Parts: sequence; structure tokens; C-alpha cells
Amino acid sequence: MDKQVTFNNRYLPYFLLIPQVLITAIFFFWPAGQAVYQSAYIPDPFGLKSQYVGLENFRFLLNDPYYLASFKTTALFSCLVTAVSVGAALWLAVMADRIIKGATAYRTLLIWPYAVAPAIAGVLWLFMFNPRIGLVSWYLGLLGYDWNHVLNDNEAMGLVVVASAWNRISYNFLFFLAGLQAIPRSVIEAAAIDGAHFWKRFWTIVIPLLSPTTFFLLVVNIVYAFFETFGVIHTITAGGPQQTTTILVYKVYADGFVGQDLGSSAAQSVILLLLVGILTIVQFRFIEKRVHY
Amino acid sequence: MKKCIKKIAFAGIITLSSLATSDAFAKTEIQWWHNFTGRLGELLNEQVDKFNNSQADYTVVPTHKGNYSETLNAGIAAFRAKEQPHILVVFEVGTATMMSAKGAIKPVYEVMAESGVEFNPDAYLAPVKGYYTSPEGKMLSLPYNSSTPVLYVNKDVLKTAGLEPDMDLSTWEQVDEAMTKLLASGNTCPLVTAWQSWVHLENLSAYHNVPFATKENGFTSLDTSLAFNGPTQVKHIQKMGDWAKEGKFIYTGRRNEGGANFRAGECAFFTESSAGYAGVKKEAKFDFEIRPLPYWSDVEGAPQNTIIGGASLWAMTGHETEEYKGVGQFLSFLSTPEIQSQWHKDTGYLPITTAAYDLTKAEGFYEKNPGTDIAILQMTNKAPTGNSKGLRLGSFDQIRGLIDEELEAVWSGDKKAQEALDSAVERGNKLLRRFETANK
Repeated sequence: MDKQVTFNNRYLPYFLLIPQVLITAIFFFWPAGQAVYQSAYIPDPFGLKSQYVGLENFRFLLNDPYYLASFKTTALFSCLVTAVSVGAALWLAVMADRIIKGATAYRTLLIWPYAVAPAIAGVLWLFMFNPRIGLVSWYLGLLGYDWNHVLNDNEAMGLVVVASAWNRISYNFLFFLAGLQAIPRSVIEAAAIDGAHFWKRFWTIVIPLLSPTTFFLLVVNIVYAFFETFGVIHTITAGGPQQTTTILVYKVYADGFVGQDLGSSAAQSVILLLLVGILTIVQFRFIEKRVHY
Repeated sequence: MKKCIKKIAFAGIITLSSLATSDAFAKTEIQWWHNFTGRLGELLNEQVDKFNNSQADYTVVPTHKGNYSETLNAGIAAFRAKEQPHILVVFEVGTATMMSAKGAIKPVYEVMAESGVEFNPDAYLAPVKGYYTSPEGKMLSLPYNSSTPVLYVNKDVLKTAGLEPDMDLSTWEQVDEAMTKLLASGNTCPLVTAWQSWVHLENLSAYHNVPFATKENGFTSLDTSLAFNGPTQVKHIQKMGDWAKEGKFIYTGRRNEGGANFRAGECAFFTESSAGYAGVKKEAKFDFEIRPLPYWSDVEGAPQNTIIGGASLWAMTGHETEEYKGVGQFLSFLSTPEIQSQWHKDTGYLPITTAAYDLTKAEGFYEKNPGTDIAILQMTNKAPTGNSKGLRLGSFDQIRGLIDEELEAVWSGDKKAQEALDSAVERGNKLLRRFETANK
């Protein structure tokens, strides 16, 4: 039996596609095209005049050692955020999955942080870790540790990673929990009868069966770390100390909306666009092969 | 359906009646976008209320748009969308950007002339006026809140450390000596600062009469280059770096985070804007005093004068003639001696006109509040030179950002002062060249 849905009308499928195509065109292709166009100009902030400079914006960026360094910063930052948020969420989901009493309360509490906007999450963590008036840094001081993320780059990086990941754990948790609950009990019980202890079952059954979820979260979290974390960075470190927490998208924001250098900002968006495109291709071609659906 | 018609009819009546009322009180609205929060925001609203109640033709509507950078960006974005306000607050750093935006701004001297109000640029204090005046001598924006950096001293901390609280602190050498004693007595926070680039590079340069940038700090032309890697600046920044290492200078961040430590009574010295006065006075539970910014005694000609920070009001293009009349009246109202003197006394900002200064003096305010006139004296004690008129540099918000980065490298001991300032100059010059290209 043919399971494929077929359309009787030749044009209906195209017609049904129109809304999605329109949305993509208006909200993606048009702005992306604008960015490509603007990257060849140095405009004044008010949009009164604009100088055509060809590839000068790209030359300017690629000759800037600080810009090149921010690729490394971004890679480190994205990997750390993804590892922390996916790892912590998986652990919490496994734990929450085993709870019998009060499960709903636990789950609700774990989902809560997702409702906090990134910039506000940033301010929350900043208050706790403020070097002079923060509560956590005060306790650290009692333990003999002098916390000062305005000058120490490792501490600054740690702080923005934790703040960005914390915000994301809830989202990942939801997906992992749903994934765990979709694993048939019978498979796990059968393994248990065969004598497999918890960790054995976890590594040989749960992890492989969760791999589609994990893969999806990996892609989504890397995109999150790349694009949506500038609020956290802006509020906590503003890219400092020096430029050690300036990730690519924060620089796009800072140069474009603080520095009003729209030409450079557009050129950076184009570079970022290419980078994420490549990254997605890599993820789907190489990592997806190891995913079991 | 019936319900729906009723609703529409009701909405129609509301609209009509609101049209009728607005017609009856046909006041012209003037939009003013600003960045002031807290006490400053309240004081600003008081000024606006006073103006609105003083006449029947115009209503000024103040709107808060975030911090300085955000307010400027809101203005720029609004201009691009053709929804710009009549008046926009722009901090001194954005001055060059605004001056170059010929089609977006309506110079204040023009607004004043067209609205027929009396306007004499010479009524303003020379260093304040100079900052916002074009090379042709025309005033382009109206100074509103101007301040200059001074030294705040916690006298109680000095006493605890066994120092004479009234000791001479005119030079950095004396401050250094005091800090050595403070440290020896167990003090953990001898010196903090706010706005490090503004105080310790921009003002340091003017105060010691050395250039921050060529072409009179950018006043005479767009092809200016940064020059703050000279020996005076390098010496000062290296000293600060050494102090940071010894624990004499505590770095708290790029903005005015250090104020919290000083106001809490931990720190002995605090270099901050004179406008920090209101906050310190309100919160400090210790005996404090305002002193002039220290200088290095081995630099010839020091102290010259310090330069201003703060903001001015820019009129934007694209509005009706009638509305500009209101803008002119409002701006002229803001410059009256009574308003300026009150603003000066409440906030620590400078009285921007000579008349407001004289009025404040005549009231005996400076005798009752010692130290409040130090900022004015320090800024006006000598006729400004090409190095101490102020700064007029494009992309300066970004340049300050990279100066902050390089200074952090010195404070953490990663770089020597010479290396860091050379790098800041080189990176900043690239941005200046881009700004020049954009404004050809």
C-alpha cells in the first residue's frame, strides 16, 4: 500500500508552501541580503550618506588580531555553554525521571529559569558575583579566594558560561525528560532482568535511544550560544576584561549598536552567517550519521 | 453582530471626543529624549513641569531612553525611521558624531534665531561653550549637564591610618605617599576610580597640557590621530599599574562601579565626576571632602585645566517651524540662571552660565558647602590651550571601549603601559580613519 500522501491538484502543494516561503523570504533572505549589501559600504550612523568601499570592511576585520581572537573565544564559549547546559540538563532529567513523589513540583521548578530573559539572568549572576558587593564573592573571600572577574579572564569566562548555560538548562531538561519517557519501559526492564545495573542500562540503552534528542539539542544549543547570549555578556562583562569574553555576535552588537559602525557590523554578520552555515553542514553530515532514529 | 456595531460606535464617540478635547487645548508637543534616572530624572521632570506651567503654547514631553549610549542610539534609530524627537540628549563622546550629521541636526544657534528668543553664546562658561561650538564659532548644541573629575577624600579613613585629614593632596606624589601609609596601616582600598579613560587619560592629558590627539584633539579637522601614548600619559598609567599591583589602586570596572565602595566608606580616595557629589552626600556616613584632581608636579605647566564630561541637547531636523519655536523657548528657559543654579546645587553638575555661577555664589552656597566650587575653579583656572579645550573624535564610544581593554591589560599586569597605550593608539586610529571615510 502506498503510504505517501498525494495531491490531486498540481498547484496545491506550491500554494500550501507559500506562507512558509514568504516568511523565510521576508524575515531571512531580505535582511540577510541587506547585510551582504551593507557590508560593502561604510555608512554614517544616521543613514545620510554612505561610501562604497568594496571589500574594505572584510579586510579591516581580518587584519584585526582582536577579531581573529574572538573566533577562538566564541568556539570555547559555545562548547562550554553547550556542554554545561546539555550535561546538566541530562543529569537533572535522569534524576527527575526516577522521582515518584512530587515529580510535577520538581519539574516545574526546573523549568522556571527558562522564563528569565538572558539580560536579566546576566544581572542576577552579576549581583551574586560582583567582586566588591556580591554575596558569592563575599563568601569566597571568607574562604580565602579573591574573586575579581573584572580583571581575571578565566573567572569572567566561567561566569558568562554559567549564566548563559543556566538559562538554557530548563529548555534542554524538557526535551530530555520527554525523550526519557518515550523509552519503552519493557526494554529497560528486560535489561534489568538480564542483570544490567543502572549505569550499564544508561550507557547501552538510554544514551543511544536519546541520541536524536541529544543531537537536536546540540545543534540548538550551539546556535543559542552563538546568537542569543549577547544579553548575558553585555550585562555581565561587556566583553571584558580586555576582549576575553567578546564573542562574535557580541561584537556585531557592540560595533553596530554601540559604536554605530554599521558597515563593519554588517560584514561581521555575513562572516557569522557563513560560519553557522558551515557548522550546520558539518553537524548534519558527520555527527548525524551516529544518531539512531 | 449588534454588539460589534455598538462597540464600533462607542469607539467612534471616544475618538471624536478625544479629538475635541485635544483641539480645545491645542498645545504643541515637544518630545525630549533623555537618559536621566533616579534623583536626576526627578529633578529634570521638575524643570519640565515648571516650563509647562509657565506658558500656554507648548508641552514638553520628557521620555527616558536608557543610558547615554542607548539614548543616542534610540535617537539615531528613530531618525532612520523618521520618528525622531525634537530634542535629544547626547553625551560629550557623541559630539563629533552629531556634528558630522549635518542633515540630522538643526544647530542651536539657528533654532534660537528662528524662534526669536534672546541668545548669547558668551553667557556660557568658556570651556563648556567651546566643547559644543563649531570651528566657525557657531554653537551647535546647548550644554545641559557638564561635569569635570575631582578627587573625593574620605577623611575618616585618613584619620584611622594616622594621617592628617587636611593634608595636602594636590599632587600624585603626595597621594602616592599617603597611599603607602594607608596600605601599611592595613587599609585595603586606598584608591578607586570611575570612568578610567575620561579621568586618567583624557583629563590627565588636558590637565598636563599634552595632546590626547593631534589637530587640537580633533577640533580643527577630521584627519586627527590619537596621541595619548606620550611620556606623561605612559608614566601615569604605568604608575597606576604599579599601584594596582601593590594593592593601592583597586580596579572595580569600566563605569562608576567604584562609587559603591567609596560611599560604603572602604576607600580613602576616589576620582570621579563632580556630579557624583549628590550620591556621595546622600549615602556617605563619614566625613568626606572634595579636592582638585591631583597632578604630577614634575610636568611643566601642570595643572592646566580639566575638561568636561556630560551631555548637551541637540535639536533634530524634520519638524514644523512652530515646533522649533517651542524648542527655542524651552532651551532658553533651561539656561536661565535660576534653573541652572538649582541644577548645579542639587547635582554637582557645573553651572553652565556665568550668571548661574554668580547667582550661586551670591547665595553663599559655596561657603556653606565647601568644595562644591572646586570643579568650576579647576576647569576655569587657566585659559584653555589646544590640548585642553576638549575632545572631538569620531567613533569615540568605541575608542573608549578599546582604551578600557588596554588599561585592563595594564591593571592585570599583562602589559606595560607603553605597550598598552601604543596598541590603543594604533587600534583607535583605524577607527578614526573609518569615521573619516564615512563622513567624507
